[in-house]
Amino acid sequence: MTLVDLFSAALIGAGVFFFIAGTVGLLRFPDTLTRLHALTKADNLGIGLIVIGLLPRVADGWTAAKLIAVWVLILLASATVSQLAGYSARREKESR
Amino acid sequence: MSTAAAGFLLDVGFGLLLLAVATFALRSRTTYAAVVGFVTFGVLLALVWFRLGAPDVAITEAAIGGGLTGLLLLNASAVLRPTEAAAAGERPRLLVRAAALVAAAAVAGGLAIAVLALPSPAPTLAPLAVAGAPATGLGNPVAATLMAFRATDTLLEKVVLLLAIVGVWSLAPDAWWGGRPGRRHQADPKGTLVFFARLLPPVGIVFGVYLLFVGADHPGGAFQGGTILAAMWLLAIMARLSDTPAIDGRWLRFWLVAGPAAFVLVGLAGIALGDAFLSYPEAYAKPIILGIELVKIVTVAATLALIVAGPPERPGDPRR
Repeated sequence: MTLVDLFSAALIGAGVFFFIAGTVGLLRFPDTLTRLHALTKADNLGIGLIVIGLLPRVADGWTAAKLIAVWVLILLASATVSQLAGYSARREKESR
Repeated sequence: MSTAAAGFLLDVGFGLLLLAVATFALRSRTTYAAVVGFVTFGVLLALVWFRLGAPDVAITEAAIGGGLTGLLLLNASAVLRPTEAAAAGERPRLLVRAAALVAAAAVAGGLAIAVLALPSPAPTLAPLAVAGAPATGLGNPVAATLMAFRATDTLLEKVVLLLAIVGVWSLAPDAWWGGRPGRRHQADPKGTLVFFARLLPPVGIVFGVYLLFVGADHPGGAFQGGTILAAMWLLAIMARLSDTPAIDGRWLRFWLVAGPAAFVLVGLAGIALGDAFLSYPEAYAKPIILGIELVKIVTVAATLALIVAGPPERPGDPRR
């Protein structure tokens, strides 16, 4: 196992850890806002760490750029969706 | 653990997960939960298509099967919500349930027999398609099959899309015929959604068109690209940055029929100049196919977005 393999394994492992932690939070936390809090950890840190772990393994800079683009788009989408879901959850609570 | 064994475990895991999500979707109490299950099923199925080495199908499944159909079902479940409790309380008569059981068992049994009766290895035209692809100038044998060898199927698929939008519009009340589909969305002009809807479409439009062009040689194509363009348009509509067009607009009607019409024109030209309907002269096959795809992507985007927007619900432009 080379140093690059170790680097990838460590970062992807850490990413998977955040995904599992986020999923446990999603299942166990009591309300929408705390569940969103758990999910954003999986989306932001989990994907980010996995992408960094994959970067030294890709064939060329073009593929690396695509991977980073995927990460940025997921960040953007998950941040927006979390905001909207949180907003709608708060409105529902207030109207009750 | 060897790579093959790991791959096998992954496939078994996907299979079990698919069955579990399908059961969840069928057994959930509310329509909304069932739709969530359906969308999850679509995304998982896309991953399975990737595992099976069919990335073209995977992209389509994720975009159409999970995304677009899921959105349509979500809209439907929102419309059905007021009547849902009454519908859940009803129990169909024994005879109806027995008939449903027999019909479901017959379909599942028939499918199982058909799949099990397939000769092994299954008959395939794939080597022929791969061998013939260079004649079309396309590097992706899937694109060559869709646009050249089985172009009639693809043409009919576009006509089906047109029929679908006619079906949606036929639900319009007389008073709103020629009006705008869907309700006018409310959005905080300084809110997150509006920011997102300003930020994403430039990226999405580039990516949609990229999928169209890359589809010639790699997985992708006008249908997948068109779905992304439709999503960008719907995003702008939801953020109130844009509005659905009145359904009697001339340009709208033009673009809705442009895709199938371009296809039919090229097909007829094939009879006049070449050998058969939809036969391309070999030297120009690739530019002709890309031309059709360019028109098609606009048609697909407009049609899919309007199918999601639904029948007209309010008056159109008062000036007309």
